[in-house]
Amino acid sequence: MSITKQAGSAGGRTGDKVFSGAALGAGVLIMVVLFAVAVFLLVQALPAFTAAPADVTGGRGFTSYIVPIVVGTLIAAAIALVIATPIGVAVALFISHYAPRRLAQGLGYVVDLLAAIPSVVYGAWGASFLASQLKEPYQWLADNLGWIPIFAGPASSTAKTMLTAGIVLAVMVLPIIASLCREIFLQAPALHQEAALALGATRWEMVRMAVLPFARGGIISAVMLGLGRALGETMAVALVLSSGPLMASLIRSGNQTVAAEIALNFPEAFGLRLHELIAAGLVLFIITLVVNMVARWIINRHKEFSGAN
Amino acid sequence: MSKRIDVSDLNVFYGDFLAVEGVNITLDAKSVTAFIGPSGCGKSTFLRTLNRMHEVVPGGRVEGSVLLDGDNLYADGVDPVLVRSQIGMVFQRANPFPTMSIRDNVLAGVKLNNRRISRSDADALVEASLRGANLWKEVKDRLDKPGSGLSGGQQQRLCIARTIAVKPDVILMDEPCSALDPISTLAIEDLINELKDQYTVVIVTHNMQQAARVSDKTAFFNIAGTGKPGKLIEFSETTTIFNNPVEKATEDYVSGRFG
Amino acid sequence: MSTLLTERKSSNLTRGRLPGYASYVTAGAAVVLAAALMALAGFNVLGWAVLSGLLYAVGTVTSAAVVEGRRKAVDRLATALVVGAFLVALLPLVSVIITVLINGIPGLLAPGFLGTSMNGVSGIQDNQSVANHTTVLGGAYHALAGSVLITLWATLISVPIGLLTAIYLVEYGAGNKLSKAITFLVDVMTGIPSIVAGLFAAALFSMLLGPGTKTGFVAAIALSVLMIPVVVRSSEEMLKIVPNELREAAYALGVRKWRTIMKVVIPTAISGIASGVTLAIARVIGETAPLLVTAGFATTINFNVFSGWMASLPTFIYTQIMTPTSPSNPDPSTQRAWAAALLLILLVMLLNLAARLVARLFAPRKGR
Repeated sequence: MSITKQAGSAGGRTGDKVFSGAALGAGVLIMVVLFAVAVFLLVQALPAFTAAPADVTGGRGFTSYIVPIVVGTLIAAAIALVIATPIGVAVALFISHYAPRRLAQGLGYVVDLLAAIPSVVYGAWGASFLASQLKEPYQWLADNLGWIPIFAGPASSTAKTMLTAGIVLAVMVLPIIASLCREIFLQAPALHQEAALALGATRWEMVRMAVLPFARGGIISAVMLGLGRALGETMAVALVLSSGPLMASLIRSGNQTVAAEIALNFPEAFGLRLHELIAAGLVLFIITLVVNMVARWIINRHKEFSGAN
Repeated sequence: MSKRIDVSDLNVFYGDFLAVEGVNITLDAKSVTAFIGPSGCGKSTFLRTLNRMHEVVPGGRVEGSVLLDGDNLYADGVDPVLVRSQIGMVFQRANPFPTMSIRDNVLAGVKLNNRRISRSDADALVEASLRGANLWKEVKDRLDKPGSGLSGGQQQRLCIARTIAVKPDVILMDEPCSALDPISTLAIEDLINELKDQYTVVIVTHNMQQAARVSDKTAFFNIAGTGKPGKLIEFSETTTIFNNPVEKATEDYVSGRFG
Repeated sequence: MSTLLTERKSSNLTRGRLPGYASYVTAGAAVVLAAALMALAGFNVLGWAVLSGLLYAVGTVTSAAVVEGRRKAVDRLATALVVGAFLVALLPLVSVIITVLINGIPGLLAPGFLGTSMNGVSGIQDNQSVANHTTVLGGAYHALAGSVLITLWATLISVPIGLLTAIYLVEYGAGNKLSKAITFLVDVMTGIPSIVAGLFAAALFSMLLGPGTKTGFVAAIALSVLMIPVVVRSSEEMLKIVPNELREAAYALGVRKWRTIMKVVIPTAISGIASGVTLAIARVIGETAPLLVTAGFATTINFNVFSGWMASLPTFIYTQIMTPTSPSNPDPSTQRAWAAALLLILLVMLLNLAARLVARLFAPRKGR
């Protein structure tokens, strides 16, 4: 009974081939889909790039249409990150190293749940509750700090401004940053932390010596992923911001982001306007692509040093 | 069912790295052969080439031939899956399938390949295999419980039962007792003695007393230094290896002077 | 001989340390002082709490600086900042939940909210309900049905593709160039803004079936683009932690690779995979932007994902807020929007809980 002859169960071999083929096919399909996303957006966006400047919304060509809303997108994301990064990292640190053990797991679960609340709910909250709370503070800012361009008055009477949108975005990305950072802080090697404590370090010194250096790459990537989310977030801005032309003041109505521009106008758009909005989507796609690639690059670069494998 | 294995001029590679070099050895049917040697000398690697398990590691390949009763395992068109169903293997750490019951673990080799088997045949096979592994008395009342609930020694005997159930010609054991306490080790050693009535058994072990206790023949592997390939230094009757070995290195090792 | 050592009154070990009761004293002083200050400026509870916290932080840090030295003071400052940031972070998040609960419960409990659609409900009915203080008509049945159907289709598309890709990456790719490229692209896909995914699906179908094609299926494709990378990543992680010993054990029994994967690897990892899929569902069921541009705004019940506009909970919330059914009396629309928001949050929470439950139910049995 030789080995070669016994290969009667050829069906098994075929099964192997079919299965590995299906797995490979699925992987390739993902590449095709991503490629298709880029190609479709590009093809559908092309008319907006080539259209006569006078036909484009605003009447001065696609560039002068897109630049203000791209800048607006960056401003909104910047506000969100400035607020959410320190708080998010601190919250993660609280849950991983400061809160009582028994509380910590529950809190981690709560943060994960908050990260799962749909953005439209945050948007509705921002538009109806937060904005009404912020009218007076904005008036105060305009009266007392109006000489700083970003607080220049007159303050919006509805408080549906860029700053409000930025705060809502911050509330949204906060759980994401906190949740990612918490995972990384928890992975910080216990050996090093115990070594630091055994040397007589205070809790904060232990965190600085043994946790933060280990987590630096992870924190940066968490912030970058939060940035990606803030850049692409649509509903919170669409519901909260009463949009308008680009301006420096954050407490007057005005400014617009790419994602909100698309969501607000797409349902009624046709003809060239449709192509414009898809082109805007392409621009947003490229921006977030770059941000995410940079984030991945940072993660990979830090992986070698942190031993986080 | 028991077959002999003839290995000639076998080199084992991982990628470009030559792990084991120039092995010539004959493993007799219905006998127990022990592989001994210091850590990293390639004895486990060599063992894994005997049923083509080393190919599971990316880059693993061999030169030379391994004949199972005259059939080359590495001839063109040989399906490694069929090789493995004829040459079974027991691993260092017991690894029963956690999602399966004790009974399903024993039947795993049959069921996973979707071979149809009647309930009565299956029951008979389970009992025969577990009896063969000296485990029947201990588990016959809880065949439907998960295999991961057994003790370490029982799990290892379950893995042996699982291997026997496929009715192989040869059983390879890669340090089967290294994770076990002395009593469980003794149970496995007794089992090995019984298994050789029906199977060709090859066992890798770090424990020289174990090799002396269970094996008919012993092969001593050694390595010249890190990064160098492992080699078969001496292969002979176990009593010869332990009492008057030919090679100086063998004598040093078995008398505990290094390794 | 040796004299018995009696315990010293003031131990060397506690010298230069604040006594245990110091923090309570500081806290008490801070609360009282804050109350006094607030009394001068006009009292409110939130301000009092915030001020007390600030005063307490300042108090402990300065007292530590005076008694215990700089290192202890820095430690206490860091603790105060971390705890403070946590409390600050809680404020908006608690506020979101309270707002949704308060505004959502009346609408959710209104008769017919879960059972009726917005078919035939117009500004007239809303104006009447406000004028006569009768119950608000109309509901979210159509939106709920739409959300469930669209998400179901997205799941049907995403799970096979995502799982097979994960299997390729872990079992077959083993770090070759193609699998590295796929991993990279999956990472990139994770970052696609949801509105762009919607635009892609819309653009794809407008090229295939003519411009303006908006159906539930287009929306499901858009959601799949968002869902696939999540499924791939979580399944990949789960397959990776299946011990290699189990694969080797199966190979050593002469079992085919694909059978090993189907019968050994996947059953071992199924709990993690299932909970990952559930979390992915929870993520996409709340997506709004891609549905806005792909599924349209239906007010009627539509069970056919392949034709006609389809409503969904997120877009229902959005349209009820942005364009109230009765522009002069937006309250009924607001009530419906909040009720739908509460319903959506409940769905997401349930899915999250289900994920945990699934993980526990399918976990390999460990009993003795």
